[in-house]
Amino acid sequence: MTLQEKQQEIIDEFAIYDDWMDKYEYIIELGKSVPTLAPELKTQDRLIEGCQSNVWLATEIKDGKMLFSADSDAIITKGIIGLLIQVLNNESPEAVLKSDLFFISQIGLAEHLSPTRANGLLSMVKRMKTEALQSLAQ
Amino acid sequence: MEHSPFSVSDIRAQFPALRQKVYGKQLIYFDNGATSQKPQVVLDTLAQYYALENANIHRGVHYLSQQATSAYEAARRTIQKYIGANAPEEIIFTKGTTDSINLVAFSFGERLKPGDEILISAMEHHSNIVPWQLLCERKGCVLRVIPISKKGELDLSAFDQLLSERTKLLALTHISNTLGTINPVKELIAKAHQVGAKVLLDGAQSIQHLAIDVKDLNCDFYTFSGHKVFGPTGIGILYGKEALLDTMPPYQGGGDMISKVTFERSTYNTLPLKFEAGTPHIAGAIGLGSAISFLQSIDMKAATAHELELTKYAQGILDTFEGLHIIGEAKNKTSVVSFTIDKMHPFDIGTLLDKQGIAVRTGHHCTQPLMDFYQIPGTVRASFAFYNTKEEIDTFVAALERSMQILGA
Repeated sequence: MTLQEKQQEIIDEFAIYDDWMDKYEYIIELGKSVPTLAPELKTQDRLIEGCQSNVWLATEIKDGKMLFSADSDAIITKGIIGLLIQVLNNESPEAVLKSDLFFISQIGLAEHLSPTRANGLLSMVKRMKTEALQSLAQ
Repeated sequence: MEHSPFSVSDIRAQFPALRQKVYGKQLIYFDNGATSQKPQVVLDTLAQYYALENANIHRGVHYLSQQATSAYEAARRTIQKYIGANAPEEIIFTKGTTDSINLVAFSFGERLKPGDEILISAMEHHSNIVPWQLLCERKGCVLRVIPISKKGELDLSAFDQLLSERTKLLALTHISNTLGTINPVKELIAKAHQVGAKVLLDGAQSIQHLAIDVKDLNCDFYTFSGHKVFGPTGIGILYGKEALLDTMPPYQGGGDMISKVTFERSTYNTLPLKFEAGTPHIAGAIGLGSAISFLQSIDMKAATAHELELTKYAQGILDTFEGLHIIGEAKNKTSVVSFTIDKMHPFDIGTLLDKQGIAVRTGHHCTQPLMDFYQIPGTVRASFAFYNTKEEIDTFVAALERSMQILGA
């Protein structure tokens, strides 16, 4: 699936829900299903501090594709991370760097990625792209 | 002052923001500790000012400038009378509580010497911590902190020990924004005065909940923000005793605060303008005056009692929730119910409440040292104003139960 298709799939999935609470229940369930990051990976250099919730991001590159895993102390944040990982995993660094994550606003979660948001998600996306850029530079 | 009997429905009818729906749900606004909603009369005052009265104040010879000047100065007198200050000279318009505290830290702080002590408490907002830390760095002063109990009450015997001849200023919150604790300020002010210390009260959370009389409290400074007391943002008050303010140097230089300027030296204006450099927030000041007039129309004793009842009601219900911990259980508290829930992040609770139309605040509430004391990352905070109701608390409780179900399942 292309990056576009993966995003469209999420948009379609969210289209089923017209109630906000249902959307969030879905995100929370997703958050619970995202594997937790092993404690030894929750290091200071992987920590992205938000004002309220923290995010840890671990990155690997395998066969030229990026593999992200991440965790958060807030479950909604973690659910949204799950969506981001679903979209960006197994993409090349170039694709991650150029990605336009339009699905976030289309499913009504833009507020979570706005710069004033206190949950570290925007910084996480920036960090994912920075990691992609660094792997290209190497 | 005459006021009509206290009626929540009559009061609510004056707040347009409370009538709206968010996400298709009736808005329940429990974030009053952060900012209050505005009554129609304040909105009308602001619109009227910008529409018809807008002009720069003081020194203008034309009609509009005189109108604006007299409205601005009338607002000052309204505020002066409301808090029981002796004279309008004691009322300085600032940007807000933070600005007021910084003014005192820079201006009053000029007289402090290395080794002088400033006493604050463990429940202070960052705005009543950081300006003093900056002052300590500049002057070599020492910041001392009155500890609190787990219940969220000041340790008064520790206070007695910390207070000494070295204490030059006690800077204390009147009501804690995170815990709701009402501190026994009158008693502490009297004790501080006995050792010759001055006292600044952070009134950001008290002006909207209690009837304030600065003469009765006998504080040297009292600070508050307009936007937390039904007025506009960007305007606040520093009350200071006139004799004390008179001895303090200007904080910022610019227009309005001067008497005469030459390149060799300048002389400064008298109070209160000495501390109001530059074009002030004229509309904000007039709007705040209108908000205070609105308060005068309300029976504040009844409002205080209503808020206390709301606080006890909410706390009584939440106390029965398994895994929920109320943070701040002082005997004397009001209008704030802060809590944590086992294995649930405040951010998640706040987000789910929001989607059910309920505005609360989550996080550290700008009191990180207090969070460290309780060893928690943050709380969910419901904070009430006199326009809130028990029915709203019932809806909030149901929404909280639903949120906990979703998060826990």
